[in-house]
Amino acid sequence: MNETLPDDGWIGRSLPRAATRRLVEGRGRYLDDHAAKGELHAAFLRSPFPHAAFRISDREAARTLPGVRAVLTAEDLVPACRSWRTQSLAFAGLVSPVQGPLARERAVYQGEPVALVLAASRAIAEDALELIGIDWDELPAATDPVAALEPDAPAVHQGLPSNLAWRTEFGGGDVEAAFARAALVVEDRLVFTRHTGVPLESRGALASYDPAAEALEVRLSHQIPHQMQVHLAELLDLPMGRVRVIAGDVGGGFGIKMHVYPDEVAICAASRLLRRPVRWVSDRIEALMADIHAREHVMRARMAVDAEGRILAFDVDDIQGLGAYSVYPRSSTVEAISALRTVGAPYRFDAYRARLRSVLQNKVPTGQYRSVGHPIGCATTERLVDLAAAARGEDPLEFRRRNLLREAELPWTNPAGGRMAELSHTATLAEFERLLDLPSLRAEIAAMRAQGRLVGLGFAAVVEYTASGPGAYGPAGIPVSAVDTVVVQLEPGGDVIARASVAEIGQGIQQGIVQVVADAVGVSPSRITIHTGDTGNAPHGGGAWASRGAGIGGEAAWGAGRKLRAEILGAAASLLQTTPEALDLRDGQVVDATGTPRLALADLAATVFFRGHELPGGLQPQFTATHQFRREEDVFLTTNGLQASLVEVDPDTGLVTPLRHWVVGDCGRRLNPLLVDEQVRGGVVQGIGEALLEACRYDPGNGQLLTGTLADYLLPMADNAPDITVGHVETPYSGSALGAKGAGEAGTCGAPAAVLCAVNDALAARGAAVTEMPITPAVVLRALGTLP
Amino acid sequence: MDHPDEPTAEIALTLNGEPIRARVPLRQNLVDWLRHGQGLTGSHVGCEHGVCGACHVQVDGRVVRGCLMLAVQADGARVETIEGATETGRIRALQDAFFNRAALQCGFCTPGMLLQAAELLATNPAPTRTEIREALSGNYCRCTGYHAIVDAVEAAAAVLRA
Repeated sequence: MNETLPDDGWIGRSLPRAATRRLVEGRGRYLDDHAAKGELHAAFLRSPFPHAAFRISDREAARTLPGVRAVLTAEDLVPACRSWRTQSLAFAGLVSPVQGPLARERAVYQGEPVALVLAASRAIAEDALELIGIDWDELPAATDPVAALEPDAPAVHQGLPSNLAWRTEFGGGDVEAAFARAALVVEDRLVFTRHTGVPLESRGALASYDPAAEALEVRLSHQIPHQMQVHLAELLDLPMGRVRVIAGDVGGGFGIKMHVYPDEVAICAASRLLRRPVRWVSDRIEALMADIHAREHVMRARMAVDAEGRILAFDVDDIQGLGAYSVYPRSSTVEAISALRTVGAPYRFDAYRARLRSVLQNKVPTGQYRSVGHPIGCATTERLVDLAAAARGEDPLEFRRRNLLREAELPWTNPAGGRMAELSHTATLAEFERLLDLPSLRAEIAAMRAQGRLVGLGFAAVVEYTASGPGAYGPAGIPVSAVDTVVVQLEPGGDVIARASVAEIGQGIQQGIVQVVADAVGVSPSRITIHTGDTGNAPHGGGAWASRGAGIGGEAAWGAGRKLRAEILGAAASLLQTTPEALDLRDGQVVDATGTPRLALADLAATVFFRGHELPGGLQPQFTATHQFRREEDVFLTTNGLQASLVEVDPDTGLVTPLRHWVVGDCGRRLNPLLVDEQVRGGVVQGIGEALLEACRYDPGNGQLLTGTLADYLLPMADNAPDITVGHVETPYSGSALGAKGAGEAGTCGAPAAVLCAVNDALAARGAAVTEMPITPAVVLRALGTLP
Repeated sequence: MDHPDEPTAEIALTLNGEPIRARVPLRQNLVDWLRHGQGLTGSHVGCEHGVCGACHVQVDGRVVRGCLMLAVQADGARVETIEGATETGRIRALQDAFFNRAALQCGFCTPGMLLQAAELLATNPAPTRTEIREALSGNYCRCTGYHAIVDAVEAAAAVLRA
């Protein structure tokens, strides 16, 4: 059902992103670049303890500090805002207590907002925080997810019988029989440490409640303004039409900015209560403490292999650290399910068993973060695959080649329940081998090793579930839109304005949509203006998550553009006394079959808008067209790829240096290959950070967060990131007009696995292996026996 | 921070080529004053503790962290922000290269990154990739993975040498 696209069209061209002209000149307008007349500045008092009862004994000293307007607690916000509880029909019985915008009597994670000061400036508001009298009674905290499951573990929330938030078991095929007949069983235990997204622009809110109109307008730095419109309307008990959410330029999202956070809700409630605009922008320590974290898992996994080296089965047990609450509204458990559905995904196997325990902890909630769960499943799988290849004494790439799903075997629903369709593992492997030039790379590695250098090459096969359809959150009863809507309108001067429900967070989806509209209508991208991110201006739809913009938003843009084009050609045919079929629209000109210009679009538009008296009777052209796209088939669009990482390990310091990285991916049709490549590269480095650097660490004794600054929370910087070679195979999705699938997260999916395998390839020379991420110098030195 | 009880001091400086006098809160850092006192929002605030480089501005010809310097310390200085550097055209080649090479995504780090890259090219017209990476190692970018940024700086250097 793919459309035939013009050979000389705009789709598929590597155009730079028009919007970045503003950004390179410092003309971006991010959240904190906006202000409202009469605004108050907010600062939060946050719990300094992971678990504590508290009583606010004095707020008068803070309240009377010159410049302070109000000191608010949970009780104060009750008239302005409802509480909420995360529930999901997909996770029946999930334990996640009621939450409000501020904690009441007990704080259950460090960084939980407890009180709010509103003042003439942020500095004064922060001064006042120190004057709030508060009696803390520190309570025992459960922070380690495995220990939190012990019967004598401290209760994360008072009154709960255990800290188990949810458990499940799923799979397919006969796992016991598969392991019984296996010629080889490999197993390992992998530990993944919490990390977080660290968008450079932190979260915040500028809320303006108008009591006369009973309407809220709020600026957020968010990936899904329409989702926030739904939830703010619900929580503030307002009609949706009286909630307007605006996200201007967004300084990175990565999943961090797709949730409902207590602090952002508190700012909206405070504006309503004070009847004035309220502004708050998270500082970095607030971000590191109170942005969602992700990926705290302990995976025990084993894999059965037959005598010919074919994978028979996987058996995995996952303990997931959930945090103090399941994140609202989508649930933190989604990450674990995603991880467990990703295990084995690139390969053929007969049987699967997954066990999951999601555990409450006195830590900030975890949530959906770039490539949700996939890196855990991928790293677990690729570790087992390398163990099997080593046990069989064969090349790890040969083991993968034998077990990768072949194109002819698709579509196929694997025993983990993952539907594999339209993948290109064989073609991707061929392109991957061409790109790596393995014989010379292996020679290069041999030469480095001959010099005594500890280098390693690691591979990772990737399958990603992208562009979630309505079947993902719909049956769970969670109001998440999986549709996108695009409105295109012809302006009197011949320009086209597009309004789209996708959200721009730096990934460049606006550019992709413009290129689609350009081809769909027949105008140059320079004549198209796009608006996104404002619920008062853009139609309802999904925003930015699950690599969905091209695959879903692109279809809506194509549909709307084709409808507008049909209206234009119909009107032109009427004026030119011919048929629409005899005309075409190219670069803003209506042309005939020979390509001869017959009517400029600008003239046609001006005629319709300004000289309607000249139009034939009965001609009513509709120069605003809308298309809403909902995919009916395929809950997810699966994509595939291969990655390789070359690393060097310093055996004295334990430091791992990534030297080079390679990716071949198949994300279907690429709307703009330049932007796809940079999504891949950025994603890879985010995954390298996950593998080697990034960790939200807590003191095992008192549960205090130890990584509250960017000097403690280590990130990939220019001098510790490698060059990345990117290649592609294109298998357009057959169920849509354009055939685009998701591209934005695949780099992050596979990079941690590739780096893990590369480090272990290097360490194999010393008979050592690492099974913990991030692979810090201490982890390496412990593996080498240098450290106890 | 314009509250009557807030201690302030008067400063005089050259900001983006213009002489300017202002009364600034003693405790306000340079980047906050530039952004909120002067409306020059092209400099960004990423960490407020001198790690991320989003707040880079040029003071007396050197790129500095705008979050680690107080506004009062800029008294008597020449300060140039991304807005000023854009107006003079001195970073045009870099801006064009970043645009053409898609060396930015969200763009929040970009002003600081551009000023730092310009300082490198002013002293080293033909840097290697490693030298570029080292020069930019104090500027955090979450989006690009840096590869395209290194490409763009190389491309701008070639343009400037031609």
